[in-house]
Amino acid sequence: MKIALAILAAAALGFPFVFRGPYPQHLAILVMLYALLGNAWNLLGGFAGQVSLGQAIFFGAGAYTSTLLAQHAGLSPWVGMIAGALVAGALALAIGYPCFRLSGHYFAIATIAIGEIAGIAVTNWDFGGGAVGLFLPVGTEGLLSFQFHRSKLGYYYVLAAMLLATLLLSAWLRRGRAGYYWRAIREDQPAARSVGVPALRFKQIAIVLSAALTACAGTFYAQYVLFIDPGSVLPLSLSIQICLVAVLGGVGTVIGPLLGALVLVPLSEATRVLLGGSGRSLDLVVYGLLIMLISVFEPAGIAGIARRLGLTAR
Amino acid sequence: MTCELVAQALVSGLLAGFVFALIAAGLSLIFGVMEIVNFAHGEFLMLSMYLSYFLNASLGWDPLVALPLNAVALFLLGVLVYYALIRRVLRAPMLAQIFATFGLSVFLQNLAQFLFRPDFRMVATTMATGRIALGGVFISRPQLVAAIGAVLTTGLLYWLLTRTETGKALLATAEDRQAASLMGIDPDRMFALSWGLGAACVGVAGALLSTFYYVFPQVGGIFALIAFVAVALGGFGSVTGAFLGGIIIGAVESLAGVFVAPAVKNIFVFAIYLVVMLVRPRGLLGKQ
Repeated sequence: MKIALAILAAAALGFPFVFRGPYPQHLAILVMLYALLGNAWNLLGGFAGQVSLGQAIFFGAGAYTSTLLAQHAGLSPWVGMIAGALVAGALALAIGYPCFRLSGHYFAIATIAIGEIAGIAVTNWDFGGGAVGLFLPVGTEGLLSFQFHRSKLGYYYVLAAMLLATLLLSAWLRRGRAGYYWRAIREDQPAARSVGVPALRFKQIAIVLSAALTACAGTFYAQYVLFIDPGSVLPLSLSIQICLVAVLGGVGTVIGPLLGALVLVPLSEATRVLLGGSGRSLDLVVYGLLIMLISVFEPAGIAGIARRLGLTAR
Repeated sequence: MTCELVAQALVSGLLAGFVFALIAAGLSLIFGVMEIVNFAHGEFLMLSMYLSYFLNASLGWDPLVALPLNAVALFLLGVLVYYALIRRVLRAPMLAQIFATFGLSVFLQNLAQFLFRPDFRMVATTMATGRIALGGVFISRPQLVAAIGAVLTTGLLYWLLTRTETGKALLATAEDRQAASLMGIDPDRMFALSWGLGAACVGVAGALLSTFYYVFPQVGGIFALIAFVAVALGGFGSVTGAFLGGIIIGAVESLAGVFVAPAVKNIFVFAIYLVVMLVRPRGLLGKQ
């Protein structure tokens, strides 16, 4: 496991030196972004077993908070990132408190409902740019201002560091008390509560952490693209995509979402590049077909294949 | 004036609600029998609407006359999807099942876009046109026909489930798969039947909607999301609950559209779901 991680870290560090073009680096950034988002989803949906289909709310909270703070108060995106994580965490608490009474599909549909409410509300929110969206003020280049115009390397390494921190946090949480409590809640909540696991509190911890990490990724996205609108940071399709990355990689594993992103992002890019040119969405036809095939033949995800081959420990 | 406005909003809302209810009833039937949420339900609806459109455009058939054909075609599609896809993920984790049907939805939606182009189309000729004035309230005739058709179809489904041998076998399978199979009911055939019937419901709904709604590849998404909420509102697995959920959502959507703003009407649809969930976490008619 440690060796695999070291190889992965080395590969991540060296990647931009081998692939110098902007496109491969953009692809790698997308992979890491989805890996981070999948990992954040996994804390709540994988470890604690509460399937959220509304992660876009937190992504949007991060993107909008940091952008509005930069536009109106001139605050650094780094401060905005922390503020965004706090806003998302508060939203998560407010969502979790009533919704954690629901179970299974009811919880999943409730998160869809809240996500749709957020999307419609922001689309009609004039101060937040409404349906038009917000452009970020272009500033000086540098780590402090969180903007890199000449090359994507700055974004690449910032995101790599964020992803590494997320992976370490999630591995640490999984091993610790929270990890055991979450698994107990996921497997059988009444049984877990009967032996003294404070189920609601630990589900709240899971959703707050998941939301805060997702919001950080949202701020990163805003700084990277320099434009946000409800269609790009708050759609249901983003929430589903995030969940898909984790499911495809392997639910409830630390490395799963990264594996899922490594396969899914290049796959969707490849079908888009090879087949998308016609503008008739043949790429998405193939993409849908592949998702079906994976669900049928590899329901445990790529981590399941890796485990069978003996590549990773449980 | 306000009184008429309320009446008008309520009437149009209920008419739309009956169609939502039929779509939701099909979704709920599938879930009730095998606990799988069909994320491709909206795409089934879209395909049925295209069938109506093409029968009308090429042969001049009225969607309302061709309606039984839609039901049969979608029944067959549902059975096909069950045997080709769903049967293979029966024992898979819930998330793999969700993504099997989600993949199907992406596949069908974009296949439609590939084959039929993203153009908005409209059925040209149908016998249901115009409107009826009832006091101060105007009722669109195609919507009225659709609502009546939806109520009749849901009624037929209800009769089938509660009064026939096959329907009872279906409900028994939903209640307890193992016990039912010990009684000589083949669960596999019941699952296939539930997919067939669930899809046939949207088949009928698609034909009814095509008389007054645009047909385009993404049309299913709008209705599917509302159907999910209707099913959850009524309680997963309860066909009556889904029907009730659909009607409530139709009324709420229409009232909010008139009295607040059309752009934000769906906020109220989703909010009413959340409010109901606070009081009844398993839906209005679900087993608490």
